[in-house]
Amino acid sequence: MTETSTGRTAGTATETKKFNIDTVENAAKTPDVELPWAELGLKQNEFDEVVKVLGRRPTGAELAMYSVMWSEHCSYKSSKNHLRQFGEKVTDEMKKDMLVGIGENAGVTNLGDGWAVTFKIESHNSPSFVEPYQGAATGIGGIVRDIISMGARPVAVMDPLRFGAIDHPDTARVMHGAVAGIGGYGNSLGLPNIGGEMVFDSVYQGNPLVNALAVGVMRHEDIRLANASGKGNKVVLFGARTGGDGIGGASVLASESFDDTKPSKRPAVQVGDPFAEKVLIECCLELFKGSLVDGIQDLGAAGISCATSELASNGDGGMEVELTSVLLRDPTLTPGEILMSESQERMMAVVTPENVAAFEAVMHKWAVEHSWLGEVTDTGRLIITWEGDVIVDVDPRTVAHDGPVYDRPYARPEWQDAVQADAFTGSVQDAGRPSAPAELAAAITELVASPNMCDKSWITNQYDRYVGGNTAMAFPDDAGVVRVDEETGLGVALATDANGRYTYLDPYHGAQLALAEAYRNVATSGAVPMAVSDCLNFGSPEDPDVMWQLAEAIRGLSDACMVLGIPVTGGNVSLYNQTGSTPIHPSPVVAVLGKFDDVARRTPSGWKEDGQAIYLLGTTEAELDGSEWSNMRGHLGGLPPKVDLDAERALGEILINASRDGMVDSAHDLSEGGLAAALVESSLRYGVGARVALQDVLDRDGVDLFTALFSETQGRAIVAVPRSEEIRFTDMCTARGFPHLRIGVVDAEGGTLEITGVETMNLESLREAHEATLPKYFG
Amino acid sequence: MTELPLIGEAVAAPAQLIGAKIGVVTFPGTLDDRDAVRAIRLAGATAVPLWHADTTLGDVDAVVIPGGFSYGDYLRAGAISRFAPLMARIIDAAHSDARLPVLGICNGFQILTESHLLPGSMIKNDHLKFMCRDQVLRVENNTTDWTRDYAVGQEITVPLKNQDGQYIADEKTLDALEAEGRVVFRYVGFNPNGSRRDIAGISNATGNVVGLMPHPEHAVEAGFGPENGSGTEGLGFFTSVLNKIVGDTK
Amino acid sequence: MPRIVVDVMPKPEILDPQGKAIVGALPRLGFTAFSSVRQGKRFELTVDGEVTEEILAQARNAAETLLSNPVIEDVVNVEVVEA
Repeated sequence: MTETSTGRTAGTATETKKFNIDTVENAAKTPDVELPWAELGLKQNEFDEVVKVLGRRPTGAELAMYSVMWSEHCSYKSSKNHLRQFGEKVTDEMKKDMLVGIGENAGVTNLGDGWAVTFKIESHNSPSFVEPYQGAATGIGGIVRDIISMGARPVAVMDPLRFGAIDHPDTARVMHGAVAGIGGYGNSLGLPNIGGEMVFDSVYQGNPLVNALAVGVMRHEDIRLANASGKGNKVVLFGARTGGDGIGGASVLASESFDDTKPSKRPAVQVGDPFAEKVLIECCLELFKGSLVDGIQDLGAAGISCATSELASNGDGGMEVELTSVLLRDPTLTPGEILMSESQERMMAVVTPENVAAFEAVMHKWAVEHSWLGEVTDTGRLIITWEGDVIVDVDPRTVAHDGPVYDRPYARPEWQDAVQADAFTGSVQDAGRPSAPAELAAAITELVASPNMCDKSWITNQYDRYVGGNTAMAFPDDAGVVRVDEETGLGVALATDANGRYTYLDPYHGAQLALAEAYRNVATSGAVPMAVSDCLNFGSPEDPDVMWQLAEAIRGLSDACMVLGIPVTGGNVSLYNQTGSTPIHPSPVVAVLGKFDDVARRTPSGWKEDGQAIYLLGTTEAELDGSEWSNMRGHLGGLPPKVDLDAERALGEILINASRDGMVDSAHDLSEGGLAAALVESSLRYGVGARVALQDVLDRDGVDLFTALFSETQGRAIVAVPRSEEIRFTDMCTARGFPHLRIGVVDAEGGTLEITGVETMNLESLREAHEATLPKYFG
Repeated sequence: MTELPLIGEAVAAPAQLIGAKIGVVTFPGTLDDRDAVRAIRLAGATAVPLWHADTTLGDVDAVVIPGGFSYGDYLRAGAISRFAPLMARIIDAAHSDARLPVLGICNGFQILTESHLLPGSMIKNDHLKFMCRDQVLRVENNTTDWTRDYAVGQEITVPLKNQDGQYIADEKTLDALEAEGRVVFRYVGFNPNGSRRDIAGISNATGNVVGLMPHPEHAVEAGFGPENGSGTEGLGFFTSVLNKIVGDTK
Repeated sequence: MPRIVVDVMPKPEILDPQGKAIVGALPRLGFTAFSSVRQGKRFELTVDGEVTEEILAQARNAAETLLSNPVIEDVVNVEVVEA
């Protein structure tokens, strides 16, 4: 990327020198000055709206603020009308544990015993394509600051990743950079990385998805909100200095597809300093402990523009700040640039006058720089001055909350019917389906070595999963589990899931399948699902096909949350993930958080004890469309697996009860790769195999052996039950009317996975195939 | 020797042990300090938080310098922390007649080498990546203050997680370390970072200062550490120094 | 054997966390004269034989494409030194 001279005029031409700034007074006097609103990403109607709201042309600084805050990234203008459903489709049952809902930096859920948990997932997609290391690193930094700003101590992170084809030359660049960035930043913060996803698909070649989740815990009384209230309270900016990082990034990088032909305005890349972030975390926790801040907000996209306008509009009055008080890393920055800068590792807080000295003492202890910018007023206005001259005078709500909202046209794509009619079974790619024992064994080996199903420890071994000493479970188990209270063992489980292929075939049900799988993963670990956060990664909302995918996915997700009884507490929408006119597969990444009364009851995914009975829960249908098997054969068409949320809920209750009452020693959910993948993964987890016979399944469900192994029918799991618990366990399943079949026994001696009708597979060979794939491509 | 309380059981620690105070130093960027505190507590002693800018060690009987990325590992791992005011006190106390027991884990080990309390240095792992894994170590010397509860030749599994973990020193230094029995731990089965002679940890000549790259404080509680073995095989570090302290004050 | 030295620095407008940490540590050791530190990288490319214009051009090219990340770093110097 190149730097161009246009990058110096983020405000107006008159603003390039500090001594010749565009004041409100000047703006009122010079209504006809040409402003670079289009260059800053505003549309004509949006600029007209700004003029209408202000009753005059905006100053350069005001234009900078409105342009970043009204960007798609900050305003959700294309998705807002649809996202409302997450707030509307909520029952009283779903609200009962919600302490803070959507709209704050992150939602907060009650864990009991005075504990609360906050979590959120966000995207950092475009920056991670431009500069994978810094993009992924600052993605972690941003989501962690969201968690801190709720008053919580961050306790873990997770990273769902979606990259282009594994053998494309650019994939290695993104992979190496993003994984090293996540590790380099996350490991330096002392936050265990407890899981995530890794999907390779050519649809993500020019638009990799780098999502980041963080979870934090706090006592109820420590919950903090982003509002500035109380006239005379002081507004302070602390952490790193403000530089030219990512200026224009909020609107250019996140709202427009990244395009080589358009010169960037500044290096639109933020560089992260994980050390500064770690210090900031500890410093903030000390502030919270001493009750030294009244309101707090992290600085992410849109920087000071966002922090000042959100704090002011969420408070009960106004705010007045002097912009020259901002500590700068680059003294040449214009007021507009200072307002737009996305420099990392910064926080803004509201402090009562009597706490100023104590606040400063904490800053001094941690050697964190801070500057007092101004104070809370009762005028209802956000006033920003430059050496005393007013350069911004706005109603903060118009900047932060009352941006444009679009009802983008959407319609079911014309091609959708043809895609759905193109089933895998009987297709060209389905020719030569394996059936002989040796073929099936080869197929299973090929499946578990395939890019999406292979072992991911090449990635996860670059992340610290131990730090903190509270990680009870991490990758490759179904969910990450972290202890919250060392006295009682109270803890949380987290899983993230998405399936872009399912969602492409049917966005409504595809989004529900993502939720169902994350829910099932959490329940499989033994935790009670409680809350949802989602990261909706889609193409351009200006394309009616994509807009339909988005609308359907949100509708599907919100409907499914109602049935499962768990609310969405926060999330993020990432649009314009497309190259030219080709969008990515619609990829709603869904994170589910669950609760453990005692994490000691967690259920791992691997077998250990010889002779334990293996049960398959749920029934199997012929559902190969969109499956990993069809993907390996290069087919994508038909309808995704059916969604049965009542069955998911029933299965979840069985798995949770079984965990709590010690009826199962292992549980693994069936999802991508079906039963074949689950059997291999449970075997390889601790290197303990099994003898499996599926005849009863074939007879009951009317499917052949291949289908039983590779179908991706939902609502299924396999569990290992100690002999002493078998009657109790099957009685429970029977009482709940949930289909269950004993399909085999754990075999700790043989070192093999035996499936009747499939050539016996040696675990070491399976492991070799499973583990070789990522090192082969990435070294 | 006093019997130590078992993990997870509500057994009151013997009075001498509760009285034993082990300091845990926090630098800006330290990460595993709370884990070290937990390990000390689980071993039955009292953990005392120490701040890098403190100018006195107080009345601690031993010091743990925990892992992390102090000062972001910028410049060199441990290079900036080495000049903290408290490090001067620790260096003095380690050299004093009382020979304060000092354990440096991971970044703590790097700080000890930068401080010249231990010889050699750590460079980037030979495979150039951060690596997190359960690592088997062999105890080579059980006469140090931090290893007396282990047997020579005993193999223990503790987590390893670092970016700059490749131990290097010149041949003369390595030969001297071997000859004096100051190689305290060696990697077994797999050398995770290219360390010379599979060295995972070393001690000073008097055995009161020990540094190692792997993390014993992450193997003190079953279910929250390595999956192989008992998961508590790092606890011996902390019981060792406790027994040393109790023995000395009896 | 001649060597080509390539110096790479973080772009001036880009945050340099390492330099920031070092400049914070200097005054604690009594080095108070320095207001800013930026940390870069030095590469030494050994050439078997004479350094021709073409080889130097190759080195410049390598410096721009591989040794530096043009998004966040500048190549500030490419020069030949005799061993």
